[in-house]
Amino acid sequence: MKHVVIVGNGMAGHRVATRVHAARPEWDVTVVGAEPHAAYNRVLLTNLLAGRPDAERLTLPWPDGLPAPLTGHRATAIDRAARSVVLADGRELRWDRLVLATGANPVLPPVKGLVSDDGHLHPDAVAFRTLDDCRRIADLASRRRRAIVLGGGLLGLEAARGLAARGLEVHVVHAMGHLMERQLDPGAGAALAGALAELGVTCWTGAQAARVLGGGRMRGLVLADGRHVPGDFLVVSCGARPDTQLAAAAGLTTARGVVVDDHLRTSAPDVYAVGDCAEHRGVAHGLVEPAWEQARIAAEALTDGDPGPGYTGSAPLTRLKAEGLDLAAMGDVEAEEAHPDAEVLHFSHSGRHVYQRIVVRGERVVGAVLLGDAAPAGPLSRLYLTGARIPLDRRLLLFPGLAAGAQDTEPSDAVVCRCAHVTAEAIRRSRSEGARDTADVARRTHATTGCGGCRSAVERLLTEG
Amino acid sequence: MWLGQDASGTVHVRPRDLPPNRGGLCAKGRTAAELLSPAHRLTTPLVRRAPGAPLEPATWDEALARVAERTVALRRDDGPDAVAVFGGGGLTNEKAYLLGKFARTVLGTSRIDYNGRFCMSSAAAAGTRAFGLDRGLPFPLEDLEGAGAVLLVGANPAETMPPFMRHLHRQREAGGALVVVDPRRTATAEEATLHLRPRVGTDLALACGLLHLAVAEGLTDDAYIARRTTGFHQARDSVAEFWPERVERITGVPVADQRRAVRLLAAAERAHVLTARGAEQHSKGTDTVTAFINLALALGLPGTPGSGYGCLTGQGNGQGGREHGQKADQLPGYRRLDDPAARAHVAAVWGVPEHTLPAPGPSAFELLDSLGTEGGPRGLLVLGSNPVVSAPHAGRVTDRLRALDLLVVADVVLSETARLADVVLPVAQWAEEDGTMTNLEGRVIRRRRLLPPPPGVRTDLEVLAALSRLLGHDRGFPSDPHAVFTELREASRGGPADYSGISYERIDAEHGVFWPCPSQEDGAGTPRMFTDAFAHADGRARFVPVEDRPLAEEPDDAYPVLLTTGRSAAHYQSGAQTRRVTSLTAREPEVYAEIHPDLAARHGLTDGGPVRLVSRRGTVRAVTRVVPAAPLDTVFVPFHWGGEGRVNSLTHAALDPVSRMPEFKACAVRLEPL
Repeated sequence: MKHVVIVGNGMAGHRVATRVHAARPEWDVTVVGAEPHAAYNRVLLTNLLAGRPDAERLTLPWPDGLPAPLTGHRATAIDRAARSVVLADGRELRWDRLVLATGANPVLPPVKGLVSDDGHLHPDAVAFRTLDDCRRIADLASRRRRAIVLGGGLLGLEAARGLAARGLEVHVVHAMGHLMERQLDPGAGAALAGALAELGVTCWTGAQAARVLGGGRMRGLVLADGRHVPGDFLVVSCGARPDTQLAAAAGLTTARGVVVDDHLRTSAPDVYAVGDCAEHRGVAHGLVEPAWEQARIAAEALTDGDPGPGYTGSAPLTRLKAEGLDLAAMGDVEAEEAHPDAEVLHFSHSGRHVYQRIVVRGERVVGAVLLGDAAPAGPLSRLYLTGARIPLDRRLLLFPGLAAGAQDTEPSDAVVCRCAHVTAEAIRRSRSEGARDTADVARRTHATTGCGGCRSAVERLLTEG
Repeated sequence: MWLGQDASGTVHVRPRDLPPNRGGLCAKGRTAAELLSPAHRLTTPLVRRAPGAPLEPATWDEALARVAERTVALRRDDGPDAVAVFGGGGLTNEKAYLLGKFARTVLGTSRIDYNGRFCMSSAAAAGTRAFGLDRGLPFPLEDLEGAGAVLLVGANPAETMPPFMRHLHRQREAGGALVVVDPRRTATAEEATLHLRPRVGTDLALACGLLHLAVAEGLTDDAYIARRTTGFHQARDSVAEFWPERVERITGVPVADQRRAVRLLAAAERAHVLTARGAEQHSKGTDTVTAFINLALALGLPGTPGSGYGCLTGQGNGQGGREHGQKADQLPGYRRLDDPAARAHVAAVWGVPEHTLPAPGPSAFELLDSLGTEGGPRGLLVLGSNPVVSAPHAGRVTDRLRALDLLVVADVVLSETARLADVVLPVAQWAEEDGTMTNLEGRVIRRRRLLPPPPGVRTDLEVLAALSRLLGHDRGFPSDPHAVFTELREASRGGPADYSGISYERIDAEHGVFWPCPSQEDGAGTPRMFTDAFAHADGRARFVPVEDRPLAEEPDDAYPVLLTTGRSAAHYQSGAQTRRVTSLTAREPEVYAEIHPDLAARHGLTDGGPVRLVSRRGTVRAVTRVVPAAPLDTVFVPFHWGGEGRVNSLTHAALDPVSRMPEFKACAVRLEPL
């Protein structure tokens, strides 16, 4: 029997705990969570802003037999020599294996008036990260009319869409030249801004926020170029930084995140790190799918199971979760700039804010953005993630239903009645032999006697000129 | 169907306007009379007089004596489990019942199972888990016509059960929506209001995603959930990780289509969720069905008049075949073999001490896989099944059948399995014998004898009666179906599938009787189940949380294409019968592979040309059928052919942990031009 302590009750920590418990039900697993809530699905927080599920419905399943997590407890130190974690209330938790899943903290940009001298955020501003943040935003939204979202990344845009769906006037202030610049090319960014405008979201790009307008009560933002953006409250969504505090204080190797190897081991024996706080091969992912994959492998490794080849990284793939705004982006959507051998497929329809761009190299999808019509997103992300070879007819990537829709007009050998296998020609023939109605045709050919679905087609053939 | 004979003695088939078929008849029904002709039939027993010798005609006396003598010898050497029995979902209730009784009392073997394990077992297991009782449709088919929405998962009735479509046509004519879940663009999908096309093997994730959406959008029927179910919170939490964008990535089904499907179902005043083999024939089939039942329960459908969950039966008597004791773990009346009260009741009806009833035995594939092995059965009696064609990993199963000391096959025709037998017994078929079947609605119906079997042919009941006598049981095995049914009624009395109030006379008078039917009063029976209570002790349905998992065999570099299997409109099951019907064979003469044009072009395959499919287990040669609407990464091959065209040479036997259903619907192959 081993003691496993997991610091962090987010999606990664929760996944490690359930996996370890499934593999070693007799082990003692303790999860420590700083937030006061049961583990919840962070991915769905923005839905909450749109006013959909209640908090209870975000709760992740907790297996029977796994002790309830210590929620509302902050870990303050790791004692590597004593193999223990110290909590804020002084309690010490002994461990044989320790997992850090401390997540990430929101980045606060240097905007004058956003943070007061004593370190408090402006009362009308929320840095969007947790369920409590989400509830605060929802509360502000219920009392105010105009919202500003600082940061035009994935999370910020989902929040903006959610707030607009509540009927607020929403402004997105984004420092870079186009929205979601890490995932999108400028054309897609522009098309996205157009689609957002139709949903009631105004996007300000290349807009450096300089100063908050209003002291006690917010009135808007002043940009570096002097323009004013009106707003009654501010949602800050400018990215997140891995929370490495605990690890760094304990002397673990950290860079941007807590540095881990392919089995999610940190520089200290029996200490693992997963999810947003971890840095693997120089990358801190900040997405749930990589975090879950890391959690799976870490759980295998620390229970002495089979971690397989280990974690080798994750292909970046994002999908905007906002109704009326279909956007999928994966890989490097401008890969052809560095690779002249790349093929580019491009379809856009400005009138409907459709913008699709797929970059292919060596018969593999290396990057794509699908905006406005994400119907191809499912199959395309599969091809991208598995590295499977793409169709010879590249158009199928953009229009998966293309071949299916290319039906000829009814040739004479077309089967009209599938059940009795009767062709159009056979029905025309029975007509020329005297059949006048479907009953006549049924007697001669058995058409319409099975499922009966071809009745109207038979009637049409009987009356055609 | 109505049968008539003209002056020349030729039998004609005509549809009968009963509710289930609404006067429709499929091509297989219409042409079924052709098989009554002795030209296609076995009319004399065949025996193999020495190992390796050819099958030769024999008298019934010789054939049955051989079976009896060798059965006695095998039992003497190796005990009662030395001889096993394999039944079929096409057998009448009377035959299924008597076969189970024969195995348990005459042979005393625990080794009995049937091909229904390959058909309905996942839905049956999931239905029992959720509702406490499994009846394919716990409501009459006509109820579908009033549904505002029907979700049809992994079913292609337009080709496999055409008359059923008449109900769906009426449903849509009345303004209802039809949502079809199928990786293939089937004839049924062509008719759908909305077609969801998950990648093969991802419908469990899709179901979890639909439940997630129902919860997230506040579309659940909370009053129903509180009043009629337990376990909702666990099921709801279990789908917290299935948000639509993630489900899109797993399944390929666009987020917008997922939303539309859930909204159509939730908006309908009455709605149905129906599953079939596409969802069920997987190593996660039970959980997949469970996930769709969870969705149906969350929307308040099961047990609500006019709404419900059901599964579509695959074989002629798929429902009745699984109720009367030819299943490894089961006694008549849908009783459990490991239930002491059930054992005591059935043992009393059979007049045997309860302790002589064997314990539950292995499931179909496990049984077949143990044949002729150390400790496995050395003899096998097969009725109404052709496992050489229909079992998964069929090459391995064929090897096991060859390893037997005694293989006895009773069949209408010389099937692929019969060809391997030591003794082949020619038996009667549908229009030649009386009996009952239980249709997909749980409606017990008659099958009537129109004409005598050809000379030299006996009925299955006569075979069982004769074998029982030769094995020392002079009583208890009547060959008269009516007498068997009378005993079946007693054996089922008080069981979940209670037939005790059903008589041939009532079936005739009432156009069939729905079980459970403990009362003999006219009109008694249960067309709609669960309207007041589910069959669990507390009367509530169970939400069961499930976990998604990958296919047992995902494609890789060596075998990069997914294969899925199913039916063609012209053929039935292993094709042993339909391949002998001229018009059906003219329509579909040989096995084909449906391949997307792009996949075909990549492999140098042309429409109508040959293709070889290779899996880790075997090889199949088929005709390429280029189908523009086929999935890009998945090939479909129907399972009605043997020999080089036997698709089950490719499939594998990863079994569902609950139902023991093999994963017929997915394996990895590569394509090679020929």
